[in-house]
Amino acid sequence: MTDTILRMSGITKTFPGVKALQDVNLEVRRGEILSICGENGAGKSTLMKVLSGVYPTGTYDGSIEYDGETCQFSGIRDSEHKGIVIIHQELALAGNLSIAENIFLGNEQAKGGWIDWNKTNAAADELLRRVGLAESAVTPVINLGVGKQQLVEIAKALSKDVKLLILDEPTAALNDDDSAHLLGLLSGLRDEGITCVIISHKLNEVMSISDRVTILRDGKTIWTEETAKLTEDKIISGMVGRDLEHRYPEHDSTIGDEVLRIEDWTVFSPTQPDRALVNKANLTLRRGEIVGLAGLMGAGRTELAMSVFGRSYGVNISGRLVKDGKEIQARSVQEAIKHGLAYATEDRKRYGLNLIEDIKRNISAAALGKLAKRGWVDGNEEHKVADEFRASMNIKAPTVEAVVGKLSGGNQQKVVLSKWIFTNPDVLILDEPTRGIDVGAKYEIYTIINRLADEGKAVLVISSELPELLGICDRIYTLSAGRITGEVARAEATQESLMTLMTKEEQEVAP
Amino acid sequence: MTVAPTNADLAVGKQPAQAPGKKSGFNLNLKQSGIYIAFAAIIVLFTILTDGDLLAPQNISNIIVQNSYVLILAIGMILIIIAGHIDLSVGSVVGATGAFAAVLMVQHDVAWPIALVLTLLFGALIGAWQGFWVAYFGIPAFIVTLAGMLLFRAVTYKILGNQGIGPFPDPVRNLANGFTDGFLGNIGLGNALGGADLFSIIVGLLVVVAIVFTQWRARAGRVAYNQVVDPLWLFIVKAVIPAVLVMFVIVQLARYRNMPWVLILLAVLVVGYTLVTNRAVFGRQIYAIGGNLQAATLSGVKVKSVLFWLFVNMGVLSALAGLIFAGRLNQANPTAGNSFELDAIAAAFIGGAAVQGGVGKVVGAITGGLIMGVINNGMILIGAASETVMLVKGAVLLAAVAFDIWSKRRTAAGR
Repeated sequence: MTDTILRMSGITKTFPGVKALQDVNLEVRRGEILSICGENGAGKSTLMKVLSGVYPTGTYDGSIEYDGETCQFSGIRDSEHKGIVIIHQELALAGNLSIAENIFLGNEQAKGGWIDWNKTNAAADELLRRVGLAESAVTPVINLGVGKQQLVEIAKALSKDVKLLILDEPTAALNDDDSAHLLGLLSGLRDEGITCVIISHKLNEVMSISDRVTILRDGKTIWTEETAKLTEDKIISGMVGRDLEHRYPEHDSTIGDEVLRIEDWTVFSPTQPDRALVNKANLTLRRGEIVGLAGLMGAGRTELAMSVFGRSYGVNISGRLVKDGKEIQARSVQEAIKHGLAYATEDRKRYGLNLIEDIKRNISAAALGKLAKRGWVDGNEEHKVADEFRASMNIKAPTVEAVVGKLSGGNQQKVVLSKWIFTNPDVLILDEPTRGIDVGAKYEIYTIINRLADEGKAVLVISSELPELLGICDRIYTLSAGRITGEVARAEATQESLMTLMTKEEQEVAP
Repeated sequence: MTVAPTNADLAVGKQPAQAPGKKSGFNLNLKQSGIYIAFAAIIVLFTILTDGDLLAPQNISNIIVQNSYVLILAIGMILIIIAGHIDLSVGSVVGATGAFAAVLMVQHDVAWPIALVLTLLFGALIGAWQGFWVAYFGIPAFIVTLAGMLLFRAVTYKILGNQGIGPFPDPVRNLANGFTDGFLGNIGLGNALGGADLFSIIVGLLVVVAIVFTQWRARAGRVAYNQVVDPLWLFIVKAVIPAVLVMFVIVQLARYRNMPWVLILLAVLVVGYTLVTNRAVFGRQIYAIGGNLQAATLSGVKVKSVLFWLFVNMGVLSALAGLIFAGRLNQANPTAGNSFELDAIAAAFIGGAAVQGGVGKVVGAITGGLIMGVINNGMILIGAASETVMLVKGAVLLAAVAFDIWSKRRTAAGR
């Protein structure tokens, strides 16, 4: 006799221009561990935000039935009150506060407004014992590694009398020992009757720990199955099993000589200096070629790209960059631009654009020197250049003096691309070039990428959408946990083969 | 003497002209021109309250001379605020550099041009010190300059030994307090206005010609590049208003003691720094840094170097203000420059700078400084107590920033 603790039915959630969730049904049984699997952007996190009340009732369609009653959460406090706790991938701990203070943050053990520290610390010690963390409750959280911080989050959830625990990519940032401990802890919690929902990309963990697996794809539930009846391959085909529904412009690449070779590229995390985000990666880019870089969240794609682009991210970077047969140094963004590298960021609003400025000043920002004589900018020339880009890139704005913050995502992306094309690079690294833009604009971006390749530039496209990579790239690298795990020509690649390479674990990599 | 309507025309003429029926454009321009409308309104208000005394020749001259050092500081301050930082130390730097100059000129009889250059270098050195900690060490400017406020006040006391040093050589006093000579004699302007200095009027006319010429050339350049330009009538209005304003101020000054030297210095600084902010690569990078630091960094802007030189620049301008203030009092004083930083910061924010950075204009900061100056002057003329003046100035600052945030929110909501 199975007892359902949570039933979400017909959940539909729409963002301006995008249907993030479409008639999603999710059923969780009491005392089980359910894994939710899906590609980046499949809607997993959105679904969990609907459940936890981050998106309050009324902003989505469908119903949530929890513990036998229909729930209408208007905020995260409501869901926590019912015993639903979500632990996000980016941990939400206050680093300078102690473990005990973090555990009882917002739930202080107080009498009449005054905190009872003895009670707080004693209760925290008890919770730490339950999660198997051998630290004193007064230790500042900042002194703990990510694995232990994760345990503090779980202790915090337990302090709230959790019944349904949701973990978003709990092991993405952990090493093997910490992962094993965490997974063991979750099994223990299940035996105590706590239900867990885990969102994970690591299929071996999914297979080993969960009782059932639900697949989400393109905002829809595909199927739910007992883990015992599943294989990793079956999960992969469920995650990617989509037809190439978007269309891509026809393109025949004329591939020339090698432009850039990245050798033994290794990058360490700035926050955890002993963790390699990119590990001895080797890539080659050739003139006129569009190369894809595929990897799941946390695989190190952006870290690889940004560290190559003037060491903009990471510490202790080692490896060689060989451009046109000669080793180059690109220790700063200025040097990288000088050597003909360009990097268009995945987060254009935060890292790509000055949103309060107009189009022309954004386009000129990375190559202002080209428009200046002895330090003085020729404003008319700048206007002319921007106007030419507005025409050739089809930026939809009345004039180039329109403020960039008011443009649509697609047009903002065209401004970013214009900025980098104006630096006249040999190598363009485009990080998620079509993220958050509509289908029509995507097609235009693909056309621009093809044009750049035809002009003899090497283009490296980083994307979470495998069909996109298969649709536009000549060759695709896969990255998993910082390592290049494969290099596939487009003709030989399928979504399944790429996903297999992208989920490959470190030890399986051939030497 | 009814000049007030001219200022009102500025307000009325400018606003509908810049809003060609588009809603978003109107919001933006209301924000940009709001400061000038407010300035015009304040002038009208105090002209009425003082029976026109506000615009009397001697009073105009006083407003310029009395506010010159704060206006110079405001120019440096607006650049730092555009970059998203702040400088709390400028008042103390004014004191320290004035003291430094006094020791050189008065106690060591160093020739004044050399002493002047050395003082500016001293200011640059102070700026480099603060720029180093902000740009290369990464301490927030608020902290670095708060420390600088104490440090350089201490330096001032140390240099002066807790007493005033003076008097200054004549050229320095002249720069702060003096007026151009009547090189070409006087010219009669009719019974109503009386005699006025011909040289000043010729300079004024040349400035007007320069304003019209540069605006015309900019317009021609835009036309040649097929860009959108204002309709001709609007262009003429935009050229005529500043021309009339300049001529009015110049004529009034010519009727009194001619042009103050600090006015000429200020004019050069305003033109120079306006050019830098609008057209120089350096100036454009300041806006890029303030607008989005990460995007600027990833576009290859040398953020650290730009910040460093901004503070060096602020140090030099503070030294210039220090010299002028000391010259005006004819004495370097241990308390010189106290709370000038607040006036300079207030000028920048009243003049349309944004708290988050990325926005602001040199002319705006000057207008902001003049708004404070006119309020100060006008209220003293009508006999208000100093605490009332302070109260009004505080309210104006708060209102200006509140307006800025309100208009921004409205624009965002309209999206």
